[in-house]
This record gives sequence, C-alpha cells and structure tokens, in this order.
Amino acid sequence: MAKPGLDGHDRGARIIARAYRDAGFEVVYTGLHQTPEEIVQAAIQEDVDMIGLSSLAGAHLYLFPRVIELLEQSGANDIVVCGGGIFPEEDIPKLKKAGIKEIFTPGTPLSEVVAWVEENVEARR
Amino acid sequence: MGIAKRIVAGDLRAAARLIRDIDDMVPEAREALKDLYPFTGKAYVVGITGAPGVGKSTLVDQMITHLRKAGKTVGVLAVDPTSPFSGGAILGDRVRMQRHSMDEGVFIRSMATRGAFGGLTQSTRSAIDVLDAMGKDYILVETVGVGQDEIDIVQSADTTLIVLVPGMGDDIQALKAGILEVGDVFIVNKADREGVDRTVNDLRLMIEMDEKRYKNGWKPPILLVQAVFDKGVKETIDEIEKHAAHIKASSETRSKARYEKVRNGLAEMIKDRIVHEVFSDLIESGEFETSLQLVLDKKIDPYTACDTIISKRLRQGSK
Repeated sequence: MAKPGLDGHDRGARIIARAYRDAGFEVVYTGLHQTPEEIVQAAIQEDVDMIGLSSLAGAHLYLFPRVIELLEQSGANDIVVCGGGIFPEEDIPKLKKAGIKEIFTPGTPLSEVVAWVEENVEARR
Repeated sequence: MGIAKRIVAGDLRAAARLIRDIDDMVPEAREALKDLYPFTGKAYVVGITGAPGVGKSTLVDQMITHLRKAGKTVGVLAVDPTSPFSGGAILGDRVRMQRHSMDEGVFIRSMATRGAFGGLTQSTRSAIDVLDAMGKDYILVETVGVGQDEIDIVQSADTTLIVLVPGMGDDIQALKAGILEVGDVFIVNKADREGVDRTVNDLRLMIEMDEKRYKNGWKPPILLVQAVFDKGVKETIDEIEKHAAHIKASSETRSKARYEKVRNGLAEMIKDRIVHEVFSDLIESGEFETSLQLVLDKKIDPYTACDTIISKRLRQGSK
C-alpha cells in the first residue's frame, strides 16, 4: 500500500490496509510522499503480489503510469497495480489503459475492495 | 543460473523471492538455502528488540545512515506481528526507513510473525542467511520484544540491542525474566523525556546485580539515545563494534559465540521442522480434528489424545 507524490492524506490508505489485514493479507505500508521509484523498489524487495496506490492530490495521471513503467523496466510487471482515491471520471479509462488493473473511488465498500483482490490477484509463483 | 548463484551475484528479485518462499515454507527454498550456505557467515548480525513504540524502527533507520556513511552495506529484517484473528498483518516498519529504499547498498524486508506454527524463528534465520549471502556487511533484525520467538531471534544475533523508553516503571521488572539476559547493549531511547534518570538507574542496578551472567565477560553498556534527532546513534554503532571486538579478542569467546550460534540454529531448525511436519500431516489427514472432537465430547482426555498421536508419529518416524 503506497502513497505516491505530494499527498499528505493517508487515512484512506490506512483503512484499506486494515481491511486487507482483517481479510488475512499481509500488507506492507510504505508511508507518505513516496516517489514511484521508491514504491517500485519497496515492492521488489518485499516481493509483493499487488501494489495499491492511493492518491487524492490530482497527480495520478503522471504517478500511476510511471509506477507501471518502472515495474516493466525492472521486469516486475507481473505485479498487479490498483489505484484508489479521487479521480475525474474521464481519467479512469486513461489509467486503465496505462495498465492500472482497477480503480476504486470514494464510496466503494471495503468488502468490494477486498473481494476484487481475492478474485483477480493470484499469488505469483 | 540457479537461484543461489543469482543471489550471490546480487539479484534482488531472486533474493526477495527466496525470502518469500522461505516464509511460505516452499520445500524448494530449502534446496536453495543449502546452495547458499557456503556463502554465509560474513555478515555481522545485530538484533534490535523492545516493546511497541519505543522507537526501534527509527533507531534502525538512523543506524542505516551511519553504517552507509562508513561504507557498509546493510540488510534489514523488520518483523511485525500477525493478527491472531485474521492471519493478516500490517507491516509498517518500512515507513520509518523508506528513505533508504533507493540506496542499492540497503535491502529492507518486512516479515510477519504468522502465528505459533509459522516457524518465525527459522524463517528469520534463513532470511538472514539470504541477506548474508547477498554480501551485506551488517544485518539488522528488528522484532517486537514480546514472547519467546522474538527472544530466540535476537539471540541468534551477534550483538543484541534492547530498546527501552523512560517511564516504563515496573515494566523494567518484567524485562528481567528473559530479555535482560540477551541484551548486549541497552538503549534508553527518547532520552529527553521525564524519568530518564530513574530508568537508567533501574537498568544499571539490574545489570550490576547480575554480574556473573555477563555473557563472555561483557558488561552491557546503557546508552542515552534520541533516535529521531540522531543523538546517541553513532555511539550505539561504536558500542556494537566494541562488542564485536570484545568477542573477537579471545579465541575462547570467539569459538564459544560461534558454537552457541550454530547450536541454537541447528536446534531451532530441527524443532521447527518437527512441529511443521507433524502438524501439517495431522491437520491434512484430519486426525487432529478427529482427536479434538473426541476430547470435546469428553470421550478421551487431552493427555491420552496427545500420547496416541505422538507415539504413532514417533513409530512412523523411526521406521
């Protein structure tokens, strides 16, 4: 679970992290103000199955695709990337096109966020 | 190229994957560890333990900075507890150390405790071997100091730091049983807080009353630290190095320390393996459930159930 860019609000990310923990996942939280490079390095060192990016600050169209790009460069593009936060409607298709597997917006029940991962993310072997 | 070779060559992804396989008890991981073993034994392992919130991660973060300045490479294993209810975990130690994530000389890995049969001690030891084989000079292992598993882990370190904060009052008393004996260096963190003198005095009293227990003739120092302001961190590293030099100084302590480390490691490995093999078989075969039901229905007592299970396994094991 990561907070890319200059966005100081991580209540949402923490709640999501907790929901995953309560569903039996191991969640590594990186903290605030992360660069895409730092997030990708952390994901590689921790050998995660999925990266959850949380953004409320409007820079998602740069930050999210950049994470995908860096994962590809490191040969780690088998890691699924999802996003959550506040996004203009029209940005969502752009993010998905860039390789973000799913986008969760405000009001999504926690159970749905967890169920999506259970159904769509396989442990990489 | 085999996974061991890739790790020795510094392949991050191979190392990260092996640690995960170790954690998941994938049988192939053991083969890779066998191949890696000849490349281990060079790193200096420091265990850092203490109650939640005393500042272990912050201290580790600052220690990384100092060690890197001195040209050393660093591996970090940060252990956080698994929720006993869901089996999940939030691993948040990384938050304090994330500024080092772009440094190629630093590898940070979080691990969850995974409950009583998770083989935490064993998987941490194996993960230490992986970081060691990667060529890290220092390996810092951070655990929440509650419970025997955590004490076992820090005991496998070359130097063990116990971190406390002022105002813990009688909690220091509780430390006496167990944790005090494994501490090589005591850190009183957040030393600008009220009650620091009392904490130091209590600690000193306990350490000095226990003189005959000084491991290898080393009297554990007490350091005042404010990790968040980088005060006392350099001194912490100095004490670790002094402790290392102390152990190395005589061939007697050197071989004794090595003997204990290897002995504990092998004993743990066997113990964990037995628990794992017996338990996974018991669960998978349904025998555990069956016995449990008999005990629940009061048809047999738990002692008899245990005897039956164990004697059967032991016979099978010895054939």
